[in-house]
Amino acid sequence: MNSFSLIWSNLFRRRVRTFLTLFSIIAAFLLFGLLRSVADAFDSGVEVAGVDRLTVSPKYSIIDGLPVSHMSQILATPGVAGVTHSTWFGGTYQSTANFFPKFPVEPRAYFEMFDEYIIDPAQLDEFERIRTAAVAPADLAEEYGWQVGDRIPIEGDIWLREDGSRRWEFELVGTYRIRDDENMFAGFLFNYDYFDEARIPETEGIISNFSVRVSDPDEAAEVSALIDAQFENSINPTRTATEAEANRQFAAQVGDIGLIMNSILSAVFFTILLLTGNTMAQALRERVPELAVLKTLGFTDRRVALLVLLESVLLCGIGGALGIALATLVLGAIAPDLAAFLGQVEMSAMTTFGGLGIAVLLGIVVGLNPALSARRLQVVEALRR
Amino acid sequence: MSIIQLNQVSRHFTKGRQKVEVLNDLDLEIEEGDFLALMGPSGSGKTTLLNLIGGLDQPTAGSVEVAGRQLVGLSSRKLAQWRSRNIGFIFQFYNLLPILSARRNVELPLLLTRLGGRQRRRNADVALAIVGLGDRAGHKPGELSGGQQQRVAIARAIVADPRILVCDEPTGDLDRETADEILDLLELLNREHGKTIIMVTHDPKAATHARRTLYLDKGSLVREAA
Ligand SMILES: Nc1ncnc2c1ncn2[C@@H]1O[C@H](COP(=O)(O)OP(=O)(O)OP(=O)(O)O)[C@@H](O)[C@H]1O
Ligand SMILES: [Mg+2]
Repeated sequence: MNSFSLIWSNLFRRRVRTFLTLFSIIAAFLLFGLLRSVADAFDSGVEVAGVDRLTVSPKYSIIDGLPVSHMSQILATPGVAGVTHSTWFGGTYQSTANFFPKFPVEPRAYFEMFDEYIIDPAQLDEFERIRTAAVAPADLAEEYGWQVGDRIPIEGDIWLREDGSRRWEFELVGTYRIRDDENMFAGFLFNYDYFDEARIPETEGIISNFSVRVSDPDEAAEVSALIDAQFENSINPTRTATEAEANRQFAAQVGDIGLIMNSILSAVFFTILLLTGNTMAQALRERVPELAVLKTLGFTDRRVALLVLLESVLLCGIGGALGIALATLVLGAIAPDLAAFLGQVEMSAMTTFGGLGIAVLLGIVVGLNPALSARRLQVVEALRR
Repeated sequence: MSIIQLNQVSRHFTKGRQKVEVLNDLDLEIEEGDFLALMGPSGSGKTTLLNLIGGLDQPTAGSVEVAGRQLVGLSSRKLAQWRSRNIGFIFQFYNLLPILSARRNVELPLLLTRLGGRQRRRNADVALAIVGLGDRAGHKPGELSGGQQQRVAIARAIVADPRILVCDEPTGDLDRETADEILDLLELLNREHGKTIIMVTHDPKAATHARRTLYLDKGSLVREAA
């Protein structure tokens, strides 16, 4: 036995309590690792170079939208090979739990632009021909059990109908697959013309963003600057970026990601602080006579205080290390899914070591008070009880 | 040569406004190798006196010289180090650490020495063998009887080879037969291993195991009363 095994045995004297505390610490640091990494990815941005597609969004706010009339000017921009648009529809299918993106699009142009989406040519013809037609990613159709020919009702929220109803109904005319399974934003697509006619007149002609194909990926950055320059002084200025960057912006505008993450983490750590602090205080109270015995045997005040402090640091350190390790694993598994709008997501050394540092600090903060009480403990007093 | 020498020792406590004069101008001298039984009514200050001798407490006035060291005025740190080398404590309620096996409990005081892990373990096993518990080293206190727990406590008290054993009612929680076994063991430690023992007891029969008995009453020591 050595001092370490003494601390170790003390730690596990109340197994259930220790494991519960340990699990909450692990959960906190798992969350820390994930949220920090996502926030880092948000901060880092994505370079506009070497891509053949760009997204043109409203410069200031996604809520503004852009006039569909920008399209001809964009197409006329040197270096632009093609352009189409899509609109964030929002809306609910049966229940808010059923979340999937829905976009009114120009059927043929859209599938030309997104050539990783593969659809049967006959179905694409139908999609173009039938006003209320819609197509869905095959896996989505499978998930909800949709068959070609089904009518699919969507409850509108952002876009209201001119007839006063909120109910939009579409006829599924086909499904499409995604090559390489690379885009989590594949949506439920329907005809823009029908959408534009049916919505209330004040909102006609507003779309969310344009997708632009550039002739030469090496010139993507120049093309992007040219497009934005044209609308700089219009009432609808634009911001042109890679798709990943645009997706990131979209999410960032939904909320201040850094602030949200830090608020969550503060709340989590505050809870952990109280919880662990309570565990340690309780552990100390139970152990007063034993600490007095250690002092009787000749353990100095400082040594006893250190035993108590190290126990707390050990508990938080183990929890922190396991939590961070778990976060690394989870992040490795979900990074491919996040790549579509966050680019590369990985655990930075800063997050790893920062997390471990916080864990140790947590241990010290939580253990300090019990350690000082242990240090002050008077043997004679404690043994009289 | 005396191993313990108390001169004009007083110990007063203040409880709120009230002053409790537990020990008053007390003189005591104990020779090395003695086995002293300390008796007296409850509240007479027996434990208080043991705490002073064991370096756990400081007197209000007087001098306390134990094992060649003046304890009065020593820092808490110095006292702790001194205790670990010179005193073995044995309590009425054993005071073992419930999470540790018997061997580890006995090993505890050796954590304060320079001995290596293997040597510590070996010494702990020897101490357990001396108290007759060599075969229970792996048991936790909860798995041992009262008498066995007290034996473990005695092993812990002697493992660092201190010259003095301080026992506060070591048989107070045991039945007659077990108590006699513990007292025989203390006697053995005194006679065969030369430990100087001061033992507080309420049991006149226990006192017969000691070489002499002192009575503490109203803050002063009385030889052979009752
Ligand atoms: N820390 C303290 N503060 C106040 N009073 C104390 C303190 N320690 C001891 N006393 C008082 O000193 C007196 C002697 O206590 P002590 O514990 O030494 O008695 P004792 O002879 O060991 O008694 P018992 O046989 O019951 O163990 C008691 O009146 C007790 O209340
Ligand atoms: Mg007492």
